[in-house]
Amino acid sequence: MMFRSFPLFALVLAAPVLAQQTSPPAPAPTEEGGLSGSVSDESDWQDLGIAIPSFATNADVPTQTSAGSTAALGRSVAQIITADLKNNGLFKPVGPDALPQPGFAQIQAPDFATWKGRSAEMLVQGYVRAAEGGQLTVGCYLYDVALSQQLAKAGWTVAPGEWRRAAHKCADMVYSRLSGESPFFDSKVAYIAETGPKNRRMKRLAIMDSDGANHRYLTTGQATALTPRYSPDYKSILYLSYLNGNPRIYVYDLSSASQRLITQSRNPTFAPRWSPDGKWVLYSMATGGNTDIYRISAAGGGTPVKLTDSPGIDIGGSFSPDGSKIVFESDRSGSQQVYVMNSDGSGQRRISFFGGRAATPEWSPRGDQIAFTHIGGNFRIAVMSPGGGDLRHLTDSWQDEAPTWSPNGRIVQFFRTARGSGRTGIWQVDLTGRNERRLATPGDGSDPAWGPVRP
Amino acid sequence: MSAKFRPGSLALALLASAALSACASKAPKQLPPDPGGAVATDTTPGAMQGPAPGSHADFVATLMGQDTILFDTDRFEIDSADMTALAAQAQWLQKYPGKKATLEGHCDERGTRDYNLALGERRANAAKNYLISLGIDAARISTVSYGKERPLALGSDESSWARNRRAVTVTID
Repeated sequence: MMFRSFPLFALVLAAPVLAQQTSPPAPAPTEEGGLSGSVSDESDWQDLGIAIPSFATNADVPTQTSAGSTAALGRSVAQIITADLKNNGLFKPVGPDALPQPGFAQIQAPDFATWKGRSAEMLVQGYVRAAEGGQLTVGCYLYDVALSQQLAKAGWTVAPGEWRRAAHKCADMVYSRLSGESPFFDSKVAYIAETGPKNRRMKRLAIMDSDGANHRYLTTGQATALTPRYSPDYKSILYLSYLNGNPRIYVYDLSSASQRLITQSRNPTFAPRWSPDGKWVLYSMATGGNTDIYRISAAGGGTPVKLTDSPGIDIGGSFSPDGSKIVFESDRSGSQQVYVMNSDGSGQRRISFFGGRAATPEWSPRGDQIAFTHIGGNFRIAVMSPGGGDLRHLTDSWQDEAPTWSPNGRIVQFFRTARGSGRTGIWQVDLTGRNERRLATPGDGSDPAWGPVRP
Repeated sequence: MSAKFRPGSLALALLASAALSACASKAPKQLPPDPGGAVATDTTPGAMQGPAPGSHADFVATLMGQDTILFDTDRFEIDSADMTALAAQAQWLQKYPGKKATLEGHCDERGTRDYNLALGERRANAAKNYLISLGIDAARISTVSYGKERPLALGSDESSWARNRRAVTVTID
């Protein structure tokens, strides 16, 4: 892995790079405390210094974006890339506010001497150019300063309303090239926005980009909304609504802002889930108080197939990435535990055999881990292997629940409830258990569901 | 957990019932109740003029707290105290055979969301089934689970959780 050759530079030179960042408002140390003093297998490269100056433009012309002209946009793009790379805990990026601005001609021919002088190990440069029909072309280049060498480049032409995606794509390119991991920044999250006192919370379906931008409420809050799941193609969202008084699973279509019931039934339905290919939906339905898991075609109109048949509560369900297996939760043994079955319901077997209860299992997109809520006194986010081994806790708080994976399986998002007030917030933590941080949302938030990386 | 209807909690239970009854008229079709709905109530116990016979206010006043039954953590069994309460409910329902009721199942906050929805449904059904066993027509009783979405007691402590693990019978006016 390429980046392994930089650790020495990183350790020695990161401090001077950071020092230049002190003129803009310095982030409070507590916000990023997850990094300080950590000792781990990744500590040798998590300080990799990356300079990200404003993206240049060939001609500063107005755009239809909220960011302004192409030059202003170039600065915003660099700021977004900086925030993305800073927030995952692997790098020490320095953004455009603290750096000189390269000209358009320098984008493909960096002044390496200047960047060496500023103690940057890596350099991300790019440009923004007005394209036909109000579109924008963004070019993104990654350079190794020490080697004076280009490592990667890519370009995207985007509609004005999607300009932030180009920045995320660039951040994804840098992240993937330097870490060897799959990209994840260009993705979206569905969640439940919460306001109001504990006994009368207003809960609305909401969506946002992975960095919290482009936040949008999809429901008014008149009917309580819970447990959304973004479809793999981002065209629709499964969620539970108390519309008409009873809890039912709906499919909300984003382009038409309309919704339909996932199944016609007088029974309550809970815990909707997509298959990885988006062709199937799992839901749980209570009949006479007994809840079981069903599978139905996402296209609608199909006959539901009942997958579980235990007298206890069988609920939830998360497909393995290849769609062949489902991990789910059942209290058939007397308390909530995690089980795995084949996607046709056969071969059900319990996999969680440690103390406490185990709930809300979610299969990693990489297939090698299952994230879940471990209940033993407090509620903690934990991971285990698909066989039920290698239990590891990622968080330690009063009540953390409902993990959802980043598209690359490196980060687990969840929600945290405060004891007493019942206030909730969306948090995420690295698979290593480090770099825990809260996502900024307009109000309280719960039930996050992270969608795949966008094509 | 075993002492479910201690005299000391009666006042709270009545208050709670009154609060619930205020939303009850809207409950079946319009959930969740509009914020503030539980503040105003005309079902003050002890008012000079009693509630109209057969109304939900009458049900609440008659049951004196026994419109709600409580459950142990993660459990949904009907115990002897619950049976007494449900028998009193059945008596009222038999007196007013035209009335329908909704069994609301609730959980405490110390459970995961999906599971609590299923558990609340199970509790509501346990209560419903017991009413049926006492001769109430199944067609008169519907169930709805609120999981942990509608706590009655707002603390994060054992006594609050015990009060929130409940099934509440709401008759439909």
